[in-house]
Amino acid sequence: MISLRGVRKWFGSQLVLNGVDLEIPTGEITAIIGPSGEGKSVLLKHMIGLLRPDSGSVQVDGEEITSLGRGGLNRVREKFGMLFQNAALFDSLTVFDNVAFPLQEKTKLTDAEIAQRVREALLHVGLSGVDAKYPDQLSGGMKKRVGLARALLMDPRIILFDEPTTGLDPVMGRGIHHMIKETHAKFGYTAVVVSHEIPEIFDIADRVAVLYRGSIVASGTPEEIKSSSDPMVRQFISGSLEGPIQLEGTMRDEEGFRPV
Amino acid sequence: MTHVIQRLGAWTIARVADLGRMLNFLLYAVYVCVADPVRPRHIIKQISFIGAKSSFVIVLTAGFTGMVLGLQGYYTLTKFGSEGMLGVAVALSLIRELGPVLSALMVTGRAGSAITAEIGIMRISEQIDALETMALEPFKYLVSPKLIASLLALPLLCAIFDLVGIWGGYLVGVRLLGVNPGAYFGEMKNSVEWQDVYSGMIKSLSFGVIIAWVCCYKGYYTGHGAEGVSRATTGAVVLSSVLILIWDYFITSVLL
Repeated sequence: MISLRGVRKWFGSQLVLNGVDLEIPTGEITAIIGPSGEGKSVLLKHMIGLLRPDSGSVQVDGEEITSLGRGGLNRVREKFGMLFQNAALFDSLTVFDNVAFPLQEKTKLTDAEIAQRVREALLHVGLSGVDAKYPDQLSGGMKKRVGLARALLMDPRIILFDEPTTGLDPVMGRGIHHMIKETHAKFGYTAVVVSHEIPEIFDIADRVAVLYRGSIVASGTPEEIKSSSDPMVRQFISGSLEGPIQLEGTMRDEEGFRPV
Repeated sequence: MTHVIQRLGAWTIARVADLGRMLNFLLYAVYVCVADPVRPRHIIKQISFIGAKSSFVIVLTAGFTGMVLGLQGYYTLTKFGSEGMLGVAVALSLIRELGPVLSALMVTGRAGSAITAEIGIMRISEQIDALETMALEPFKYLVSPKLIASLLALPLLCAIFDLVGIWGGYLVGVRLLGVNPGAYFGEMKNSVEWQDVYSGMIKSLSFGVIIAWVCCYKGYYTGHGAEGVSRATTGAVVLSSVLILIWDYFITSVLL
């Protein structure tokens, strides 16, 4: 389980996370939704120790990670896989080498065993015949799938998805959501999906948390969120221009809060 | 007035903090080199990039530098009737000073800028974050191989620079201007000592550290977007070049 308590994060004079409290249950798909620029990706990076909070606690399986050094963090990160918003594939390596990289660097498997594992991982995400291509020769959807194959390869217990469908057409976006659901069912990992794909995200999530103005303002099952009476949640789900959510760059209050 | 002092103070604190971060970066890179040995294939790849692929520009620069030295040296030495010392003048200028400094400046321009751009692009496209999420140490793949390769390649490039430069001086001094070839090489053999070669190599080694250190650092902590990478690359080349010249003065004063 991942547990965040009172997480606050400033970037310069901008308060991005303002006391986030959130529990990520083991073995479930938790979606974090909210307007653009509210710090959802920042929150995700706190869970894997890529960012440290200015105050508050982040625990993974009961272990506080905010005070860990590089060695301790690496030990905790062994439990994780992550799919970045732009897939973050190594652009100087082929698809095969990208997926094989963690195996080559962290295991003593033979080349043949690595090749077998890589092909299996690519097949899990519906890719074949792209081994020799470079990332810039792939479409956005294919990059995401290669990224997912790389994230799945080390059998992580937790996978973080940072806006996995951003920039994809609706069909491909739905395909990626389906793939997350399918691989989750097969491998049983804990998934945290940052998204603002409404209502598609409700189809795959077991739980949904809504991040707004640096705090979790609502959390529950998709049905509970869909029937929420909170005006902000209702506006976000309906996509209406009328309500507490204003267009990006127009919010500023006495605390100096502004979305990033 | 108070506002100006405040801004000056803030600027100074930021520069000192930056300097501390740079030093930490170097110390950590050295630590990773020792504690977590880099795979030889990563080092060989970087030697090829920093060293072998810089050899053409080094040969070209060295050839013309030696030729200019031959030309200038000849016209200066003939005023004193000492043109027989041309070989010594060319060799000592190259081995002690111009070889290490010019080869380092050329490598900074050719490979250093590319190192910063490569690491900078990896930073802004989250490739470095991806390494970290795989529980892999980014320094082991991005910094340590370049530091080791730079340490190995710079003295070799300097040696090539010295050799080609001496032949450039020979071409102009002996072939074009008629200096006695025996005097050109004979005086050189008598006057150039191991200490001269040794000091040039020490300089090259230290310049290798400066180039890898500054260029990796600037890329690793690049700003946002393409403009951030562009600024980091320019900053890396300028800072490396300036540090090479400043360090050259201090190390020369120690080695002399």
